[in-house]
Amino acid sequence: MTLRLVLLAVAVLVTGTVATALCGRRDRSALGVGTVAAAVASLLGIGASAGALLGAPRTATVVASWAAPVGELRVGVDALSAFFLLCVFTVSGLSAVYGAGYLRPSAGTRRLAPVVAFFQLLVAAMVVVVIARDAVLFLAAWELMSIASFFLVGFESEREEVRSASITYLVASHAGVVLLILFFALLGQHAGSFGFEAFLDAGVPEYAGALFVLALVGFGTKAGFWPLHIWLPDAHPAAPSHVSALMSGVMIKMGIYGLVRALTFLGPPPSSWGVVMIGVGAVSGVAGVLHALAQHDLKRLLAYHSVENIGIIALGLGLGMLGQSHQQPAVAFAGYAGALLHVLNHGLFKGLLFQGAGSVLHATGTRDVDSLGGLARRMPVTATCFLVGAAAISGLPPLNGFVSEWLVFVAAFRSSGNLPAGWAVASLAVAPVLALIGGLASACFVKACGVVFLGEPRTAAAASAREAGLLMRAPMVVGAVLCAAIGVAGPWVLRLLSAPALALAGLDVVPPDAAGPLASVSRVAMVTVGVILALAIGRALLLRGRDVRASATWGCGYARPTPRMQYTAASFAEPLLTPFLPVFRREVHTTPPDGFFPAGSRDEEHLGDRADAALRPLVRGLATLLGRTRAMEHGRIPLYLAYVLMTLLALLAWQAAVSAGWW
Amino acid sequence: MLDSVLHIAVLVLFPPLLLGIINRTKALFAGRRGAPIVQPYRDLARLLRKGAVYSRTTTWVFRAGPMIALASAIVAGLILPLVTPRAPLGFAGDVIAFAYVLALGRFFTMAAALDTGSAFEGMGASREAAYSALAEPALFLALAVLCVPAAAASFSTALPASAHGLPHPALLAAAGALAVVLLAENSRMPVDDPNTHLELTMIHEVMVLDHGGPDLAFVVYGSAVKLFVTAALLLHVLVPVPAGGGAVGLALLLAGEVLVGVLVGAVESTMARLRLQRVPQLLIAASVFGAVGLAVQIFQGRP
Repeated sequence: MTLRLVLLAVAVLVTGTVATALCGRRDRSALGVGTVAAAVASLLGIGASAGALLGAPRTATVVASWAAPVGELRVGVDALSAFFLLCVFTVSGLSAVYGAGYLRPSAGTRRLAPVVAFFQLLVAAMVVVVIARDAVLFLAAWELMSIASFFLVGFESEREEVRSASITYLVASHAGVVLLILFFALLGQHAGSFGFEAFLDAGVPEYAGALFVLALVGFGTKAGFWPLHIWLPDAHPAAPSHVSALMSGVMIKMGIYGLVRALTFLGPPPSSWGVVMIGVGAVSGVAGVLHALAQHDLKRLLAYHSVENIGIIALGLGLGMLGQSHQQPAVAFAGYAGALLHVLNHGLFKGLLFQGAGSVLHATGTRDVDSLGGLARRMPVTATCFLVGAAAISGLPPLNGFVSEWLVFVAAFRSSGNLPAGWAVASLAVAPVLALIGGLASACFVKACGVVFLGEPRTAAAASAREAGLLMRAPMVVGAVLCAAIGVAGPWVLRLLSAPALALAGLDVVPPDAAGPLASVSRVAMVTVGVILALAIGRALLLRGRDVRASATWGCGYARPTPRMQYTAASFAEPLLTPFLPVFRREVHTTPPDGFFPAGSRDEEHLGDRADAALRPLVRGLATLLGRTRAMEHGRIPLYLAYVLMTLLALLAWQAAVSAGWW
Repeated sequence: MLDSVLHIAVLVLFPPLLLGIINRTKALFAGRRGAPIVQPYRDLARLLRKGAVYSRTTTWVFRAGPMIALASAIVAGLILPLVTPRAPLGFAGDVIAFAYVLALGRFFTMAAALDTGSAFEGMGASREAAYSALAEPALFLALAVLCVPAAAASFSTALPASAHGLPHPALLAAAGALAVVLLAENSRMPVDDPNTHLELTMIHEVMVLDHGGPDLAFVVYGSAVKLFVTAALLLHVLVPVPAGGGAVGLALLLAGEVLVGVLVGAVESTMARLRLQRVPQLLIAASVFGAVGLAVQIFQGRP
């Protein structure tokens, strides 16, 4: 039943893609058809996956097979798939509705059919990635996902930086996919088949360590682990905002899905893999948030926070692996459950934040935070939703980010019991690292909220901003409500999570001491909300009938303040970044005042990304090298037929050589 | 039930007294007679009777800041055991909730400061963000030291586990880290000067420049509760909460709080504020203390 509904959702999406493409230049109908198809598919998919997770404690794997040239194509839905399907469908539905409002003003001036069609194709590809049960189908859907998102990133292709970002993205995805093909080829050779069940039945190959590294790097490129993230801060801001929400919210999580799916093929992980995972997570988390602090482009800042949150997910996975390898069910469960819940949570609040950033861009035409300010008075709904998302991503109670980070912390604190000292150092190190990430993230989001939405507008564009339309506001409000709901609904969240987390941890029952505390987390959240409400009522009663006046901000006696005197993003972040300067590639440009009557002077400092500087030449080199193959391309069909013929002849010759025993 | 009532009563009533003790200590050091110890209660009552003036720049965030800050301090106080080993909101994993509830109050205090559009308050928020982010690892390292023996992130198991005569060396290191965190989180010397009149040198006080009336009362009361609660955590690391609770626990807690008040007052009277660039070094030193304590705790009796 679940699988049928999911396949129906895929069918709706594919039909929608075709229908949108047929709309051609009728932009409004393309937008309408595409949005309705994506919304219907997402409702179907949410119903199917949430039903599967909440209904039976374990979802049976349903396999539908049919003959195809490359063997069998299998699909199925188990607990892990159902959980990731829930993430994909929730975020894609909200983003599709938001996109309808976001793109509507462009109708008539810009062709919308391609972006709407590729959006649905991307969602369909992600769904197929999650339900695929054999390597060939998985890789085909994976490739479709990369290509669809490449065209979405390149939507505004008239801008040079968008073209460069989309090419970088394409090269990075394909560098990753080469490793994945190798991974599946080795695994397929070992198992004698490309079906996932065959991988599970074949047992653990002796080169499992090498396979783990291949999966970590291959899937990690998509997930955006540091330093494989270099495509991410370029590609996410370049895409239209509803696409950024989808890519940052769920597409990079396909890397996490692939990684955990790969882990299930490789047997119970040794402790060293857990430590590697924790190391990867710690580096991604800290480096991601530090670079986010240094950004002044709102969408780029959010993109770096995706690197940070992928790091938090990796920390949870690493703790789960350590717990699993040392037979500590409580640690394994809490680690995996925290990682999985953070996948969902990050999808929700990052989707919300990118939508908020899109509304700001829509209203003011700029993403530079230092040209904004005071938008909370002009766009109250957007500002409030963004603030909720910011508090959630900073891991603050009573919102959802706290619940998942809490699970990861609990795994770290509980792991200290029976682990040998060396492993305990690694697992306990997660606590201060995650605390540092949390502290830096909340600093960064105070900066983002404060400089963009609070204070006085710094430019005329910010001063004349208008609130976003209903189609853009509604998904943000729904996202904010979901963030709050997960924060106060601990027991329900545990029911959603337990089946996939148990499957990953290789357990049969939820450890008895895992369920109670989540209810208590919700209790703390509700008491917090209750105390705040009580204080608000008390304050309102106190101020009733008293003299409440409006005045100017106290300027310490200075009578002529201007908005330019406000703290900017750069000045806010400066004391935080100073102790961490060696992390960055610093570029300082100074033009000192010259002569007796200096015309002007300038001081600039840029904090760049060291990974970017190190890896970008590699990407460029790869692009140039592969560009050489263009010599073979002339677009003439006879030529391609000749290539096919030559390949066929070469293969025949090889086969003949092998059977003649020359090989 | 009775324990919970006692817990809440202590949490609600005593914090302003701590401010009075600190101020009296400072007055004595300076050779003055000083205000009565109950002066903070009178100040709060006076503020609560006033009206309010709001800047035209501000939004609901500015008004919500003091309420959320006070609520977060109170909820943190409900999570931490005060007079008995069990707190009203204690649960398995409450250690983390304690730290993050305090972070919630800080987030909205900083956001409210930025809401005024004043450069001074932006500066205060920026410094608060920097120092609190660096204090966070030190706090969690100290909490990890407490949690390792019982392998559970819960105050009710972590704090009594330290009950064996003199404090363990690891706990002393954790207490050192917590003492620095206490001074930084509560904006006390040598990190911040709560008394200065120069906006340029302040952190916490400059963030709340624009609040007045009941809002300012919430801010002052909230920071008193936060000081009281963080001091109680430090005390419980050194002197475990007696299992019986009740009168003994109450006497121990209040004696300890008075001692902390006198010590904070003494530090404030005898030390100058650190240069701002030096503060991160102090906080990193606190993290090192915590890390040493954690290493002792982990490697003790293990291969």
